[in-house]
Amino acid sequence: MIINNYIFIGLLLLAAIGFALAPLLVVRLIAPRKRSLSKSEPYECGVLTVGETWIRFRIQYYIYALMFVVFDIEALFLFPWAAAYAGLGLFALVEMVVFLVFLFLGLVYAWAKGVLRWA
Amino acid sequence: MIELLDPTSPLVWAQSQAVDLGWGLALRWGLWLVVGFLGLFPGIVAYMVWLERKAAARFQDRIGPNRVGPLGLLQPIADAIKLLTKENLVPAGADGLVHLAAPVLVIVSAFLMLAVIPFAVGMAPVDLPSGLLYLMAASSLSPLGVFLAGWSSRNKYSLLGAMRAVAQLVSYEIPQVLAVIPIVLWGGSLSLVAIFDKQVEFGWFIASPPGLLAFLIMLIASIAELNRTPFDIPEAESEIIAGYHTEYSGMRFGLFFLAEYLSVFAVGCLVTALYLGGGMPLPLVRFPMNLLGDSLPRLILVDMVLLAVFMFKVLLFILFMFWVRVTLLRLRVDRLMNFAWKYLTPLAIVNILFAGIWYECVIRAGVLTLGGWLWGWVVTGPLVVFAVWLVVWINRRLLLGGPAGVGRPSLGGTRVDAGAAPG
Repeated sequence: MIINNYIFIGLLLLAAIGFALAPLLVVRLIAPRKRSLSKSEPYECGVLTVGETWIRFRIQYYIYALMFVVFDIEALFLFPWAAAYAGLGLFALVEMVVFLVFLFLGLVYAWAKGVLRWA
Repeated sequence: MIELLDPTSPLVWAQSQAVDLGWGLALRWGLWLVVGFLGLFPGIVAYMVWLERKAAARFQDRIGPNRVGPLGLLQPIADAIKLLTKENLVPAGADGLVHLAAPVLVIVSAFLMLAVIPFAVGMAPVDLPSGLLYLMAASSLSPLGVFLAGWSSRNKYSLLGAMRAVAQLVSYEIPQVLAVIPIVLWGGSLSLVAIFDKQVEFGWFIASPPGLLAFLIMLIASIAELNRTPFDIPEAESEIIAGYHTEYSGMRFGLFFLAEYLSVFAVGCLVTALYLGGGMPLPLVRFPMNLLGDSLPRLILVDMVLLAVFMFKVLLFILFMFWVRVTLLRLRVDRLMNFAWKYLTPLAIVNILFAGIWYECVIRAGVLTLGGWLWGWVVTGPLVVFAVWLVVWINRRLLLGGPAGVGRPSLGGTRVDAGAAPG
């Protein structure tokens, strides 16, 4: 029976895509289409764009992404723990304290190393 | 018969999950999809835009839209007609397919979020056993759409906006997810319906110190996730034109606009269902479903009351978002990142422990008693206040620490941090 619910999610996904595409279709049918060179230039304050736009970006983003993955996976571990907490009792709380302290130390380490400095 | 077959074969699995699509279910789903998702929700969102323009106008001592229809009530329709008849411009160097897919992805994300919200008793579109996890997954689709929009436009301002958006959304997703953990812990389930039922028994989850802290973290993080002022640096018009949607015009821009308001509505529903007790009118007093009697029409009547209360709370949340938007100024990029990582994330982590203590004090007993509830406040209240004070104090000290006040904040900080770690 549970799988029924996911069928609804699938239908909703299709409905949402349809909902987003339908007005675009209407635009294609009724809106004017008149291409010109200056209209299709990138909008950068009326000045012609200089140089390549798709460039490599700062390495700092990589570190933020790593931190994000670490903490998101931590949250993923916390979800089943939290959902099952009622049957686990105080011992589980203590264990989770240990787990959280380790993660917290990771955050403190990154902080002390200056990873979180955005400049 | 099944034992004869290999139990691991996909065929057996499919049979055991046999889909039972009765007429009742099909009708229910059809109503939800056509009336709810394709009719009511976009309608609500269209009038949210009108409401925001009216409310912002009042805040700024203006009148707001008043020409199209009485009180400007037909303004959303006029806007829709305008957007539909505008030319669709795609810059020459852009990645056409991704440029098209980005707004669709953002809309899909907002729609999917609404699928598990329990609007009243028996009025959730679906009740997924892992609803909250699904909701988090659905909501993290929209940063992807925002990034694709900025990247595919091949415009330097768009790219800057996209990069800012990624950094911001990724950072604020951590406290947002962590702030939900206390609710899961108290609800004992990831299903939003079960969480609502638990709040019927134990009062609104916001009526506890850890719940209040989690609510505030969630509130701030969701404003950031929605890219609304004061966290709108990905689309800061004074710096980078319109950020990631600079190159979007006409209906494609309209889709981003719609998605933003749809997400505000979805987050309002989410916060109401998780922290503000869903449709429960009073924080700690149980609202009996058989208040008027047990017959079906009367139960439905009571359910409508719950739905109205739910929507009223969502409306208050939305008005609060408007209020914040017209009141606060945009944050600076580095302060914004600091706030997520150095204030909200530590507080959210520590708050999980406080939530565990609250569980032991109040919910472990099985029934809500006034004594237990007060005892929970006495135990966790000072802890929460102390944690907030500690985090603010450490951050203040780091800002002021070091010889010149800037320069070397990390050296002075290590010692203080190590002392605070066990929190």
